[in-house]
Amino acid sequence: MTTKMKVEEKRLQKTKISGASMLVEALKAEKVEVIFGYPGGAVLPIYDKLYDSGVFHVLTRHEQGAIHAAEGYARISGKPGVVIATSGPGATNIVTGLTDALIDSIPLVVFTGQVATHVIGSDAFQEADVVGITMPITKHNYQVRDINELPRIIKEAFHIATTGRPGPVLIDIPKDITTLEAEFDYEQEVKLPGYQPTIRPNHLQIRKLVEAVSQAKKPVILAGAGVLHANAADELKQYAEQQNIPVVHTLLGLGGFPADHPLFLGMAGMHGTYTANMALYECDLLINIGARFDDRVTGNLKYFAPKATVAHIDIDPAEIGKNVPTQIPVVGDAKEALKELIHQEGKPGDTAAWHEQLRKWKQEYPLMYKNDANTIKPQKLIELIYELTGGEAIVTTDVGQHQMWTAQYYKFTKPHRWVTSGGLGTMGFGLPAAIGAQLAEPKATVVSIVGDAGFQMTLQELSVIHELNLPIKIVIVNNQSLGMVRQWQEIFYEKRYSHSLIPNQPDFVKLAEAYKIKGFRAKNEEEAVRVLKEAFSTNEPVLLDFHVTADENVYPMVAPGKGLHEMVGVKL
Amino acid sequence: MKRIITMTVNNRPGVLNRITGLFTKRHYNIESITVGHTETEGVSRMTFVVNVEDERIAEQITKQLNKQIDVLKVTDITDQAIVARELALIKVAVSPAMRNEVYTLIEPFRASIVDVSRESLVVQVTGESDKVEALIDLLRPYGIKEIARTGTTAFTRGSQKSAAANKTAFII
Ligand SMILES: Cc1ncc(C[n+]2csc(CCOP(=O)(O)OP(=O)(O)O)c2C)c(N)n1
Repeated sequence: MTTKMKVEEKRLQKTKISGASMLVEALKAEKVEVIFGYPGGAVLPIYDKLYDSGVFHVLTRHEQGAIHAAEGYARISGKPGVVIATSGPGATNIVTGLTDALIDSIPLVVFTGQVATHVIGSDAFQEADVVGITMPITKHNYQVRDINELPRIIKEAFHIATTGRPGPVLIDIPKDITTLEAEFDYEQEVKLPGYQPTIRPNHLQIRKLVEAVSQAKKPVILAGAGVLHANAADELKQYAEQQNIPVVHTLLGLGGFPADHPLFLGMAGMHGTYTANMALYECDLLINIGARFDDRVTGNLKYFAPKATVAHIDIDPAEIGKNVPTQIPVVGDAKEALKELIHQEGKPGDTAAWHEQLRKWKQEYPLMYKNDANTIKPQKLIELIYELTGGEAIVTTDVGQHQMWTAQYYKFTKPHRWVTSGGLGTMGFGLPAAIGAQLAEPKATVVSIVGDAGFQMTLQELSVIHELNLPIKIVIVNNQSLGMVRQWQEIFYEKRYSHSLIPNQPDFVKLAEAYKIKGFRAKNEEEAVRVLKEAFSTNEPVLLDFHVTADENVYPMVAPGKGLHEMVGVKL
Repeated sequence: MKRIITMTVNNRPGVLNRITGLFTKRHYNIESITVGHTETEGVSRMTFVVNVEDERIAEQITKQLNKQIDVLKVTDITDQAIVARELALIKVAVSPAMRNEVYTLIEPFRASIVDVSRESLVVQVTGESDKVEALIDLLRPYGIKEIARTGTTAFTRGSQKSAAANKTAFII
């Protein structure tokens, strides 16, 4: 057949289909494996098409659960998470997740239903200005005003969500659009003149960086999640080894560089290691790769890397120079930049004394806590989980003390095993995120480490875990309090524990059983080891309620407003 | 410091909301904003005058604006040779006896009278903001009843060689 005939045939094949069908066809064309959602009036035509479409849809028990599950899925699979919510309350329930995904650069494509076009603006039943509400919390958003535009919009949404700096894109679809019909042309090219992310770094800046490295006596790399988004863990290791530069991670970057590598100094920031923070304070060359200099990482900016030349590799030019003055800006994809740097084979500077200094700090100030086997020390609990999973598990957390202990004591040696809410610090994230992570890798061991308070913000998703028989191990670090809040009140508010102690928690084991999930409780180290072993030996979901030392604090710590070198709690 | 930022944007629903929302989110202060069609269909030009603390924030503003998908091009033209204009309508309380005095006063500004009533005049003036400001100051003693200003709209001059010279000659 000639091309001309093919084109002609294609044109003839084009029949008109409904907006709802377009959505389903687009999901198939994008090879979407799973979508997370919750139906309602405005999306009924879409749900009717989904009914026998073969698209795998997970009915979470709350829209917030759906969007966090999609985030967990995206984080592990590297593919965009897809969410559907109905208009009004369905859409407003995903606001937290959109904000979370935007700040942590997670690719999502989110469809919300909307009231019919002719009643928009009349305060109709379940109408909300979702485009207005979500404008500042999405990378981009759309409201479909013409059925003919729907295929283009969906195509653009997937493109925008997954390229450049990833993020959430929302498409608001009025109900009438889902039933109107038009031709479905999904082969079209994406044309966005206002959106051209820079991938390849500028050669001159790369040369400048190579030169700076050869001059540096105290270089350090600060690696963020940009390394993970770019799939550049191998390149990071290769580059750090080639140039013999030590590596510090942000919270979200963990796993980008192997924690057991001699060049690894640990996590930086508020609860980072002494060595990582001192390295950032003392360095003469700071190479930021895909981190955004968040205030929890930098501490007081006045004292941040005060002696360093700063180089910053980021795909988002707006991040460069935003918080920290930068002498060597490198706009581009982390993988491309690292490849180019490796290729340059620059000569490292004289860093022997620096490495000796770092070695001494590591030896003198490791992470530490005082164990007590009669109770369960939360740090010990994380170490046990690390040992029993061989450091290979996918770990999701909620937000609070348990999150910091997990970041400190679970030594991630591989990329894409770590799912946490960093920038927004969203309680309720951990459990649904584990659902998405497990669906992304059905065979992996997934551990969801959550606090007793945060768990209760989205615990209804236990239903989904049971329904899909996802073998997630749910670890509740139960300190009968809003631990992180309690810690701050202890330290900064004279132990005035205002609304942070919750001694009357429900019986989590019974709760698990109500959801038809196996539950265990442990109150000392021996019991903890026993129930963990049992949990990891089954291929079913298990909920574990660990009664840990209630008044344990996360250390070391950089108090708010202090510089990284002013850490406290570095020694027992 | 004052910065003049011009940009071209896709003329899509909500685009103005997107841009002003960004200013709110990032805590940038807008002094004035003008929007209108360009020579290209579907593309609008916006001109912002913003007040920022330093160069770093000015740079952040253009970078953040650039991230918007519907923004096609952003330029901080403050330090370039530019043509910047705003129009102001100024209603002044002027009795018939004082009219001639006002006519003479506004003449060097190439302003014109666009409405006359027994107790007031409406003066129309175009130019850079400083010129508009200067005229308003001169008219103030007569009693200003109302002012309507469009805000600055601007673009770069065809020739960029002597930016400094162009800058100083603002009253034209
Ligand atoms: C949705 C939300 N609300 C409030 C907070 C503030 N906050 C941060 S940590 C924390 C306590 C969390 O307690 P828990 O889940 O038990 O974890 P722990 O700190 O005890 O490990 C709170 C309330 C938050 N991060 N997210």
